[in-house]
Amino acid sequence: MPEFLVHPFMQRALLAGMMLSALSGYYGVFLVQRKLSFLGAGLGHAAFGGIALGLLLGVQPLWIALPFTVLVAAGISWVKSHTRLTGDTAIGIFFSVSVALGILFLSLKSGQQTDAFSYLFGSILSVSNTDVLTSLALFATGILTLWTHWAAWAYASFDEEAALIEGLPVRTHDTLLTALIALTIVLSVKIVGILLVAAWMVIPAAAGRLLSPTFRLMTLGAVAISAISAVVGLYLSYALDLPSGAVIVLVQSAIFGIALIYQKIRST
Amino acid sequence: MISVRNLVVQIGDRTILDGVHFELPSQGFLAVLGPNGGGKSTLVRCLLRLQPFKGHIDFDARAADQIEFGALIGYVPQIKTLDRTFPAKASELVATALKKKWPWTMNAACSSIVEGALERVGAAHLKDQQIRNLSGGELQRVYLARAVIGNPKLLILDEPSAGVDQAGAADLLEIVESYRKSAGATVIMVTHDWEVAFHHATHVLVLKTKQISFGTADQALTDGAIREAFGHVGHSHGVLLGGHSHA
Repeated sequence: MPEFLVHPFMQRALLAGMMLSALSGYYGVFLVQRKLSFLGAGLGHAAFGGIALGLLLGVQPLWIALPFTVLVAAGISWVKSHTRLTGDTAIGIFFSVSVALGILFLSLKSGQQTDAFSYLFGSILSVSNTDVLTSLALFATGILTLWTHWAAWAYASFDEEAALIEGLPVRTHDTLLTALIALTIVLSVKIVGILLVAAWMVIPAAAGRLLSPTFRLMTLGAVAISAISAVVGLYLSYALDLPSGAVIVLVQSAIFGIALIYQKIRST
Repeated sequence: MISVRNLVVQIGDRTILDGVHFELPSQGFLAVLGPNGGGKSTLVRCLLRLQPFKGHIDFDARAADQIEFGALIGYVPQIKTLDRTFPAKASELVATALKKKWPWTMNAACSSIVEGALERVGAAHLKDQQIRNLSGGELQRVYLARAVIGNPKLLILDEPSAGVDQAGAADLLEIVESYRKSAGATVIMVTHDWEVAFHHATHVLVLKTKQISFGTADQALTDGAIREAFGHVGHSHGVLLGGHSHA
């Protein structure tokens, strides 16, 4: 067994990292095609509010951040569909409120805020057995939706009106997709950190988009790029003692750069 | 027959359509004309069940909400609103009409039906083309293939000549006419093209929130109706003075 895999914390980080990165690539393609990249940033910062509340209450932050972020996602959807405001405005409002609440909760907590920093920047040391099991449940759900929802989500991403004409329950499907994205973001925060979680979801999908002629290949490409980046990034993070989130996102960005150059060469 | 009775659409405190009322016989070709914001696309959205309305829309005496949609209606949307960045091949776009969702893969039977539909509209060569590389006219053909794949009895087109050059628009119209005759289908087309209304349509509906006129081109495209809808006769003069209506 390679030396870096001997450590249980590394095993946990790799297991959770591979599952969550695959999910992030998978859901990221919908964010990119629906021009909702900002939603990733918004929900990442919403998770900050939930995590801070968990830290303040002395409860495992994950259990507060999960429902908190899903509620924020539902709030964004509601404001978007029931008011004259656009999606990015709704995201901007919830984003700011969540960060403000997070800062308030942390300021009310006495003592050191080391935990909060590991959530902001990501830490491979912080992944617990519970995180791995929760990631596994979410991963299984993601695999299931590949059969049950991918085709409908893809159709609505291409043309929402056409999907509605065919009688697909687009609104219900959108709510489910947003909730699953919110859950993936909250779980990913421990590995990549709040500040970089949007990039973690969007960059592999963007690279997949550059390389793929079809949406199916874009999905598979994004999942592969995301998973490879996570494994390489986690290894480099361990070997060089660098923050995991930053390293993973830089690996993703390097692959995106190669994809961009490849696409430019191919099209000339 | 398509029967629209006392159709009213209100969005907020704004009335978009008010008292639209007409009967289009089977195998008819209805051109819907009117100024921008006159309610043409809203009428299409009502026919497609995308827009709540007051009144009644019946297809062959069946209410709109009782229709098996794909089997009855084929729809060609405005291509200018399409997301061309979506990674898709023309054949996948056509296959959505068969699968009612985005295809992960296509088996031989599905591919064969898709190729047949593309061939029907003279677009078989576009099968493997990515949609972002298609011209406006080519994309309209692909959408038309998608619309006719289930042999619908009603074909609805929303401004099919927008974003398409003149030759492409004429070709498209020829294919639509040919489909109408071979399939015994009814066609409803929103258009800004007076020529289409006057020379191809069996019926013309002029809308400006209210129904300004309905009937054959001769009956509906009167100077008075055009003035009421558009505020001036404008470029319709040539058509009105020199043309012959289809009906």
